[in-house]
Amino acid sequence: MTLSDDYLKYPNRGHGMDHDRYSWSQLHERPAITWPNGARVALWVVTQLQWFPMDMKPAVPVPGGMARPYPDYWDYTLRDYGNRIGVYRIFKVLDKLGIRASVAMNSALAEMYPYLVEQVNQRGYELIANGLDMGHPHHGDMDEAKEAALIKGVLDSLRGLSGQPVRGWLSPIRSESMNTPDLVAAQGIDYLCDWANDDMPYPFQTTSGAIHNMPHTMELDDQQILIALRHTEQEYVGQLKDQFHCLYEEAGERGGRIMAINLNPWITGQAYRIKALEEVLSYISGHDGVWSATGAEILDAFTAQTKP
Amino acid sequence: MTEDAPLMRVPGLYDYSPQVDRPKITWPNGARVAFWVAPNIEYYEYDPPLSPGRKPWPKPNPDVVPYSHRDYGNRAGFFRMMEAMAKYGVRGSVSLNVAICQHHPEIIKVCNELDWEFFSHGIYNTRYTYGMSEAQERAMMKDVIATILDATGQNVDGWLAPALSYTTNTFELLAEFGIQYTCDLFHDDQPQPVNTKSGRLISVPYSLEMNDTVVLTMLGKSSRHYTDILKANFDQLYEEGAENGQVMCIPLHPFLIGQPHRIGNFAEVLDYITGHDKVWVTTGREIAAHYYEHHYDNVVAALAARKGA
Repeated sequence: MTLSDDYLKYPNRGHGMDHDRYSWSQLHERPAITWPNGARVALWVVTQLQWFPMDMKPAVPVPGGMARPYPDYWDYTLRDYGNRIGVYRIFKVLDKLGIRASVAMNSALAEMYPYLVEQVNQRGYELIANGLDMGHPHHGDMDEAKEAALIKGVLDSLRGLSGQPVRGWLSPIRSESMNTPDLVAAQGIDYLCDWANDDMPYPFQTTSGAIHNMPHTMELDDQQILIALRHTEQEYVGQLKDQFHCLYEEAGERGGRIMAINLNPWITGQAYRIKALEEVLSYISGHDGVWSATGAEILDAFTAQTKP
Repeated sequence: MTEDAPLMRVPGLYDYSPQVDRPKITWPNGARVAFWVAPNIEYYEYDPPLSPGRKPWPKPNPDVVPYSHRDYGNRAGFFRMMEAMAKYGVRGSVSLNVAICQHHPEIIKVCNELDWEFFSHGIYNTRYTYGMSEAQERAMMKDVIATILDATGQNVDGWLAPALSYTTNTFELLAEFGIQYTCDLFHDDQPQPVNTKSGRLISVPYSLEMNDTVVLTMLGKSSRHYTDILKANFDQLYEEGAENGQVMCIPLHPFLIGQPHRIGNFAEVLDYITGHDKVWVTTGREIAAHYYEHHYDNVVAALAARKGA
């Protein structure tokens, strides 16, 4: 076969990005941000509460999904361990260290285990929408009307069950269609957590106006490090400390930074791993100038300084 | 070459040359190791076209995670990497997707001010050479050379094929365009002549083994482990370099090495390597120029003698 000459045409080859979602901007050139009480680093812990249905047939591969033939009790029950056991180990560590957190939750899980929503509310944690369930990742071939209905259903459900405004959106496996940002913004979402291209929030354009993308971590996600890359718990601890060290130093020169830590209770909430998490969070909390906050609090502090 | 031409069983681009029996290579000031760092400054497209050779993204477009992860390199990672290199006096030899000259000229300007070299890594990292006719590949090369010259004032001396994608014409065309060296061959720790029908071309050791993408992503190692193997690789070449000059390259991707949790470890490696006496901290272009001036003819003669023997 021959390659069409169109393959050598580059319609978006111009200054800035090759799409209109956000502006080209280098981190080091932006004005310094200050956090409350002059903190150097905002610590943003996000715990994911997710449901992997046993009959899931996702349109794109979902790490952590049912990897074995039906009925796959292996994968189902090990993920469910997180919602029964692991999450309470994580909450206990957060309680002990006085750390505020955000919780990203599938709406189907909130409906199945409303006790978890009560626990989130009791602690004053922020609820972030994490889609319907892990069997329904958004993707590029998704029908727009169906996606709009799904997103509305997710947000109606989470807002109804929690009484919270639910301002943040994390797509299952961070996967989006071309329309996802427009559809969540139309339902009143203020920030996305999917894009892994920055260490700070930045404005993100939608058909309902500008929202923001928050630097929810992909590189330091426990599933990425411990499962995908198969690092040891000691290596996990080392990477999080290295990350904090760099951000803490940089904040002294270039303004406030954000240290995001993303946790899956079925991973970090295992008995043999929880002390590794406690070690990291104790290390970070032991520094002066660390502000533990939710995603919405960090975003509000940020936009109060950047809104024209 | 037609579609039904038989597949090659060997590349045919170089002749056998055992490590223990070959001409001695020397570097300026008696250095044992020519050390160069090659950051890949890349643009991956949000909505790239399909190629016959490779799917640009695993998921249907948009594939937000890998797209945005790579964008991190230009927004945040590049500057950290550049500062660490500047601190230790290491100039980069940039493996450039030349569309960066249009999308992010601010990055080009910084590299140029630091006297970094630019060599070709194609137009975009989501535009593969697979399936190109000779005329199309020639047009792509012309575009690359003109774009770099226009944006930086530099001639393109080096080549690393975009996303390491090729046709069987690639190396002939490089020689025809006057490219001095290729980074696409991984068969040696020294520069080597590349067999082409016309012109002359050498390979300069780049590396997959020392490449951050390979070690950190494909092999899934931690950055502290990466630090250890970079030092171990250097130590061995430094030892062997007492007998015969060696080349060590660290190929980088700012979206990986410029992450906050990796940059300190990388700076430690630069501190370690540049802290040695007999290291020539240099660029791909300077290695190639030195080799052509002092060693190319000897090596070609030795290879011919071995073939004749």
